[in-house]
Amino acid sequence: MKIRRKIGFLTILSIILIVLFIFIGLNSSNFEYFLYRRVPKVIAIILTGGAIAFSSMIFQTITNNRILTPSVLGLDSLYMFIQTFVVFALGSKNLAVINSNLNFIISIGLMIIFSALLYTFLFKREENNIFFLLLVGLILGTFFQSLSSFMQMLIDPNEFSLIQDKMFASFNNINTNILILSSIIILSMLIYTHKYTKVLDTISLGKEHAINLGVDYDNVVRKMLVIVAILVSVSTALVGPITFLGLLVVNLAREFLNTYKHKYLIITSILISIVALMGGQLIIERIFNFSMPISVIINFIGGFYFIYLLLKENKV
Amino acid sequence: MIEVKNLIKQYGNKSVVDNVSTQITNGKITSFIGPNGAGKSTLLSMISRLIPKNNGEIFIDGKELVQWNNTDLAKKISILKQSNHINIRLTIRELVSFGRFPYCQGNLTKEDIRYVDEAISYMKLKDIEHKYLDQLSGGQRQRAYIAMIIAQNTEYILLDEPLNNLDMKHSVQIMKILRSLVDDLGKTVAIVIHDINFASCYSDYIVALKDGKIIKEGNTNEIINKKVLESIYDIDFTIEDIENNKICVYF
Repeated sequence: MKIRRKIGFLTILSIILIVLFIFIGLNSSNFEYFLYRRVPKVIAIILTGGAIAFSSMIFQTITNNRILTPSVLGLDSLYMFIQTFVVFALGSKNLAVINSNLNFIISIGLMIIFSALLYTFLFKREENNIFFLLLVGLILGTFFQSLSSFMQMLIDPNEFSLIQDKMFASFNNINTNILILSSIIILSMLIYTHKYTKVLDTISLGKEHAINLGVDYDNVVRKMLVIVAILVSVSTALVGPITFLGLLVVNLAREFLNTYKHKYLIITSILISIVALMGGQLIIERIFNFSMPISVIINFIGGFYFIYLLLKENKV
Repeated sequence: MIEVKNLIKQYGNKSVVDNVSTQITNGKITSFIGPNGAGKSTLLSMISRLIPKNNGEIFIDGKELVQWNNTDLAKKISILKQSNHINIRLTIRELVSFGRFPYCQGNLTKEDIRYVDEAISYMKLKDIEHKYLDQLSGGQRQRAYIAMIIAQNTEYILLDEPLNNLDMKHSVQIMKILRSLVDDLGKTVAIVIHDINFASCYSDYIVALKDGKIIKEGNTNEIINKKVLESIYDIDFTIEDIENNKICVYF
């Protein structure tokens, strides 16, 4: 099977990159220190890459659009807003700020509530207009961003430095405390979504065909939107917002496999995502000597790819 | 039998479908005719649960629409809308296989594959079954979508302007297929159609709508009548009998 071979190739490539990343420059005297630092980083990269690819894939399917990522709904701005608000309202010494796991759970809870509300107001409308969704998402995103920066102006500079840490995507200051919790969440999402892969295939035909074929459309879309919100929270909590990665890897996966089957698409986009992040991190650490964050490279390449996609869609 | 009782659909204050009651009888082709904006497509979309109704009842085989289980309903009634843009790249065979989704949830069994094969050969698409939809002509694509509906194997088939953008040859082809679905396979077909002569030659029963209301309904002979058609469309009609078909001249 051709598709299986392609997936096998990506799996091997990501394993090679992971091994390279862990073992470069390792010797008998420093391995304890390096392993302690590098292994959590690798796990975080796999989790983030997986969460971003997975959520973007589902999001593009339920919105039936190939140039969207969950960030248009303002989900990652909302995450930053929650973080700022907690520090602003409760102070940096509150348990909700200090205890990473508690903070994480609160954020995810709020994100789920928000996405459920968004669903009721936007997706339930009859003329399910994608431009309306984009517009509202964009405005909400800006709204949350402005609110966050307003609060950031008002708070104590020391407390601000706590938030600043979370504002930029970087694998050099990963939130390692929540690695276990994130793994559990992402794995359970993957298992939960597994039985929906065929339903997602049908949804990618569009709303009317899906309903005609007996899919409980509203119900499935609502569930998937909540899953997207959870996954975005996990990836943003781990490393911060990486806007273009999802768009990039999901479209690459589609071009690479040329199939509509989510069974293959999800796993492939996750693998491409891991390869991109692992490779990018290797380049940054070994070639650029940590002189720039990985999000700069990804947004740079992603920006070009996005323009390419727009031009291509324009032609058809 | 599909029974519609006092169905209402409103957008804002405007009633698009206004207190409509009618029936779709088994084993017949029922055509919905009327000017643009008469509410024909909306009516069909509500019957097939694509859009929610504001008021009224829809009974399919005696059971209200909301009481039906989604999957069971998808084995009972199918709908094809007029514009079918699909965002993903599919071959004809893959598209037709989707028609079996209500039965197998995506895991095709031998029986499902047999239905897919039958639907493809029924629509004479066998030699191009591995072509992608975007490589097809309008007529071929429409046949592919109808093949999917045939594979879905439902008792009731609803089609919203199946002749949209097709030339005469392909239109006749599609209508003949619909006729044989009813006559040979015992299906029940309901269509929204604009070409009055196609409605006259191929349907058994006609429901005429205007401004969201049913103006008149009855067997084809009763509706293809100078007075009735003039009151629906507000233009002059001449109706001629040609080879046992009533042909309308309105140009």
